[in-house]
Amino acid sequence: MRIKHLAAATALVLAAVGSAEAKDWSKVRIGTEGAYPPFNSLTADGKLVGFDIDIADALCEEMKVECEFVVQDWDGMIPALQAGKFDAVIASMSITEERLQKVDFTNKYYNTGPAIAVPKDSALTGTTDEALKGALLGAQSSTTHSNYAEEKFPSADLKLYPTPDEYKLDVASGRIDAVIDDVVVLSDWLKSDDGACCKLLGALTPDPEINGIGAGIAIRKEDGDLKAKFNTAIEGIIASGKYKEINDKHFDFDVYGG
Amino acid sequence: MNEALTLISFGDAGWGDEIAQGVFITITLALATLPFGLCLGFFLALAKKADDPSMRMAANIYTTIFRGLPELLTLFLVYYGVQIGIQQLVKFAGFDLYIEVNSFVAGMVALALVFSSYASEAFLSAFRGIPQGQYEGGYALGLSRGRTMWLIVLPQLIRLALPALGNLWLILLKETALVSVIGLADLVRQAGIAARVTKEPFLFFGIACLIYLLLAMISSFGLVRIERWSKRGEAAR
Amino acid sequence: MSSLVQSITPRPAPARPARAWSATRIAGHVLMAMWIIAGACLVYYLASNIFSPFVQKYWGKYLEGFVVTLQIVFVSLGLGAALSVPIALARASKVALLRWPAYGYVYFFRGTPLLAQTFLIYYGAGSFRAELTDVDLWWFFRDAWYCIIFAFTLNTSAYQAEILRGAVENVSKGQWEGGRALGLTQPVIFFKIILPQALMVALRPYGNEIILMIKGSAIASIVTIYDLMGETRRAFSRSYDFQAYIWAAVFYLIAVETLRRIWDRLEAKLTRHLKR
Repeated sequence: MRIKHLAAATALVLAAVGSAEAKDWSKVRIGTEGAYPPFNSLTADGKLVGFDIDIADALCEEMKVECEFVVQDWDGMIPALQAGKFDAVIASMSITEERLQKVDFTNKYYNTGPAIAVPKDSALTGTTDEALKGALLGAQSSTTHSNYAEEKFPSADLKLYPTPDEYKLDVASGRIDAVIDDVVVLSDWLKSDDGACCKLLGALTPDPEINGIGAGIAIRKEDGDLKAKFNTAIEGIIASGKYKEINDKHFDFDVYGG
Repeated sequence: MNEALTLISFGDAGWGDEIAQGVFITITLALATLPFGLCLGFFLALAKKADDPSMRMAANIYTTIFRGLPELLTLFLVYYGVQIGIQQLVKFAGFDLYIEVNSFVAGMVALALVFSSYASEAFLSAFRGIPQGQYEGGYALGLSRGRTMWLIVLPQLIRLALPALGNLWLILLKETALVSVIGLADLVRQAGIAARVTKEPFLFFGIACLIYLLLAMISSFGLVRIERWSKRGEAAR
Repeated sequence: MSSLVQSITPRPAPARPARAWSATRIAGHVLMAMWIIAGACLVYYLASNIFSPFVQKYWGKYLEGFVVTLQIVFVSLGLGAALSVPIALARASKVALLRWPAYGYVYFFRGTPLLAQTFLIYYGAGSFRAELTDVDLWWFFRDAWYCIIFAFTLNTSAYQAEILRGAVENVSKGQWEGGRALGLTQPVIFFKIILPQALMVALRPYGNEIILMIKGSAIASIVTIYDLMGETRRAFSRSYDFQAYIWAAVFYLIAVETLRRIWDRLEAKLTRHLKR
């Protein structure tokens, strides 16, 4: 039994890579998912790309800090931030009341709404609770979109998936009738070869109570100084035109939103 | 058929190298867990056969918990819980440092907890197979308790516990698959990524299953050799 | 014949020697104290949270999830038991054409992780939609619940077949011969003589298999099923409150422990004639 603690301690020593670190924020570790194209995704050779990544790089340049990306599964994102695995989350995370109870957010850096996509031969006609009655609706778990589905479409049968990739597989095979996610994410997917199976059923009106007020950068509550730095940097890249440059690289519309 | 071969080939077009990395992680994790699990299991067995009831009970509570919890839940408890716990402890102690319990270590700890509670039963029944006279003989020769254990009891214990431990090893090998859920790039996760990207889930999960079978076969073969080796003393008799 | 006039008056047994405070004993007490403190902390933590918004919001979900877990476990165990009989028979058959496939089946399902099998069946079936629709089976594989039941049934049937085979082989040949000498037919001997004895031996492994299934069923949560683990993960993903997992642990421990105790009772009862 004593060995148990010894073993645990040894394991921890093996794991202890972090070192005492003064928080002058010369180096910031950024958590992202890498499974949410076009915002953040991993290329075949393991490189992070996307709008979130470009924005993060621009912000770090603006703040003159060195940034390091850490890839983390979505459902463990906030616990990992709280545990200190990284200092900020730039992964299209919407600013919501629920999340604000656990972490803090910077101002938004973009804002888009939810939408529903269905197989091309789908019999579904509308995006109301009535029209979706009994339909199997897929969503990524722990997202505002899954919460939206839970609140607005109680008659639909909600299925939660760890990443968008899995619900894409299931909607393509016809196992589920529809998926709900960000309109930009769905449109991007539908344009690709993978998305040939499906079409956009319709965009949904976001509910600020559920969808929040856009995607922000999540920060631990005690790191107010880092939050301020990020906020200044967001304003900075918008003023300098850097934001528009990145926006135009990825989208043909204004993603910042109202 | 040719397409499938391209998909599993090594290099840029195929997923062979990614899967090989996954196999490597799976094997490394199982091998890294084994010594901790075995040591812990051995000491738990000692505690379970102690004459002091409080010691026995402490050990039994441990095994009841880790044999009763689903392995997946143990994994989540360790992955999220230990991280939160450590961070609060560090903060409480007034340090400002970050200790990462990465998914490999979390997987290792969780699997070792489960493995040790099963291994303790294997050791315990092996202990029962060693007559008291063996200890007494050791003491009569003037050996200390520790040396009696090390020189006389342990060699016999290993021989007696080997079949059961071999089974536990095969189970451990399979349980490593669960770490894919907490983000460790093991065989199942790599197969899953390949399946999603290529839209060939049956092919890749089928390959993953076959690789596990292959690992099990290699293990069984190795275990037979080890068992034979452990019985070399008997054969001479 | 002399008779005993005076017998020695009965005396109480000598008092147990006071147990010395050996290192083991001290360590044992320290460890027990640690468990008790940990247990008390846990009870306090759970009790202080019993009226928290978390419990208010999710306790109903947990119960629903628990029921789903039990459904999955017992439906697949039942179907698996039915399936295990022909497999075990084939496995013990003298015909190689029956024996080898059965061996392969058992080896495959016992040698690969349940998680990989589940993925293979769930996502694999998804990629054969056209073929499955042709044979009119898509409705079955479309449903995640059926897929899970299917995967778990195949898995547990392999394990149960081995339990059954081991137990039947454990019954001595003389029992068969005795039956034949009485002029009983093969099926009668099997069902009336061999099986009851075999089941006695198989009782413990069967109990273990049920426990393994309860624990293994947590895997269903990964393919969109809201069993106890699924509800737990959903609750955690919304609240980021760690008590989600602690409550689940309590549920699982109670379930497994209760089952184990019932099973021990049952075993003691069924094998009472074997006690000496």
